[in-house]
Amino acid sequence: MKPAFSVIFLTTLIGAAQGLFLALFTHQSYALFGLLPMQSDNFYGYGTLIVMVLLAAGLVASFFHLGRPERAWRAATMWRTSWLSREVIVLPAFMGVAFLFGVSHLFGIRPEIVTLPGGMVVDLSVLLGVAGTLLAFALFICTAMIYACLRFLKEWNSPLTVINYILMGGSSGFILASFYASSAAPDQADFFAGWAIIITVLALIGRVASLFRNARLKPTSTIQTAIGVKHPKITQRSMGAMGGTFNTREFFHGKSDAFLRTIKPAFLLFGFVLPLVLLALGLSTPALLGFAFILQYVGLLAERWFFFAQANHPQNLYYQTVG
Amino acid sequence: MTQLALVIDLNVCVGCSACVTSCKEWNTSGSAGPLVDERPYGENPTGTFFNRVQTYEMGTFPNSETMHFPKSCLHCEDPACVPVCPTGASYKRKEDGIVLVDYDKCIGCKYCSWACPYGVREFDEQEKVMKKCTLCVDRIYDMTMPEADRKPSCVKACPTSARLFGDIHDPESEVSVAIREDGGYALMPEWGTHPSNHYLPRRKTKMKIHADELERADNPLKLDQQLPKPDKDQSTMDDVSAW
Repeated sequence: MKPAFSVIFLTTLIGAAQGLFLALFTHQSYALFGLLPMQSDNFYGYGTLIVMVLLAAGLVASFFHLGRPERAWRAATMWRTSWLSREVIVLPAFMGVAFLFGVSHLFGIRPEIVTLPGGMVVDLSVLLGVAGTLLAFALFICTAMIYACLRFLKEWNSPLTVINYILMGGSSGFILASFYASSAAPDQADFFAGWAIIITVLALIGRVASLFRNARLKPTSTIQTAIGVKHPKITQRSMGAMGGTFNTREFFHGKSDAFLRTIKPAFLLFGFVLPLVLLALGLSTPALLGFAFILQYVGLLAERWFFFAQANHPQNLYYQTVG
Repeated sequence: MTQLALVIDLNVCVGCSACVTSCKEWNTSGSAGPLVDERPYGENPTGTFFNRVQTYEMGTFPNSETMHFPKSCLHCEDPACVPVCPTGASYKRKEDGIVLVDYDKCIGCKYCSWACPYGVREFDEQEKVMKKCTLCVDRIYDMTMPEADRKPSCVKACPTSARLFGDIHDPESEVSVAIREDGGYALMPEWGTHPSNHYLPRRKTKMKIHADELERADNPLKLDQQLPKPDKDQSTMDDVSAW
């Protein structure tokens, strides 16, 4: 498939945003149970502001993917059947809840909802945090299922797609959280960096597993089933177009095999290995955490590019020879 | 229930592309607006077509054969492109099974084209919406036309009558009979999309002659045993045949 930069930016930006939200609320939950010192409302509030900025940037990027962005509102109608439609609903819902979560912290609007028997107070921000967490996971699932549900694209048609979207978004968000904490609440940076290391390792395992899986895939469709002729040697002489078509542009990445072979180790290095090294070093040198996030973001852009480029669409069987 | 479809006889198609040009002509002049053509006379012409004729070669020269292969939307009975559409712009008509795009609802996300294994949807770079074969839905129900003209443009144009049009759910229709009796098959059956359009295979008319048919079967002398054939220098009974 041809990687569209709008979608690459959308999925990486909102992935980082969801991960950061999850990181912030994870910390608040720990604090709620007394496992970590509760931070000021400003810490969670301004953190959520970063979440909002990333989500908004992702949303803007997504509009560049549409031929008719002015009709985007229509995309919310077919949620019964379409994962894309579900994403279109869940993304603004998550944005709304994250916004309210941020407002509840920044403006101190935290009315008590219920006091649990142990004396633990559940206020509005906790309620919004739980809702936001569920929506963040729902959004990960929707985004990944857009690709995983296409059974013709065997590289994507796997639970690993969903797992990896969750893990890579989580990794990105937790690294950002550790960087944010290193300046906003330095004594808490290690908590986020620790989780970031765990999630990044899991993400690396998941991504390598999917690379192994994809390397062993055999195409279901062949030129024989495509045109219904049983002959071992079939060559296309003409595709019915002299100068290429939508079908030759949209379904092929247009880069050489050598480029593809180069970008694979590159995204593993930048997206996973180097950030892990920097995270480990960042436990003592916080300044490296910001560098880790930026480096990994570049790596995740490359990863997403590769994710799209690697998927081989069966329609390409019909479009091999211009003429 | 009706399922309109095309049946394309690959044994008859000569690859003239008359179906391509007549399709383009009809559908670029319709109420839905023109089908884009960029640089039509330039170096790299490109544009949106609903129907294309491709050519394949089987085998290696000199033992090779050429097949012309017209391809348009197959109007699948279980279309994978329809449920993924986020706006409902892509839909399958209940009354006749035609898969259509509502160009006024399409947001141009191209997701449907990703979900089609056959590569028959083509994005219109000018109008920024997805387009595809309509089975000439604006023609086949047009009561102002003579009944003989109420067929898809490609079917009307084909000089060799390689394209049949009809309801594949009616067992007695021309298309159903053709599929049933002439070996009609579907493309990429492995995906379970159940394409409505079918193709009739290339086939050769052959006569099989068995060895015994070359000899007189009613030769009374052969009733008990096969007589030895005389050598070339020996005489035969009639100087012409070997018994």
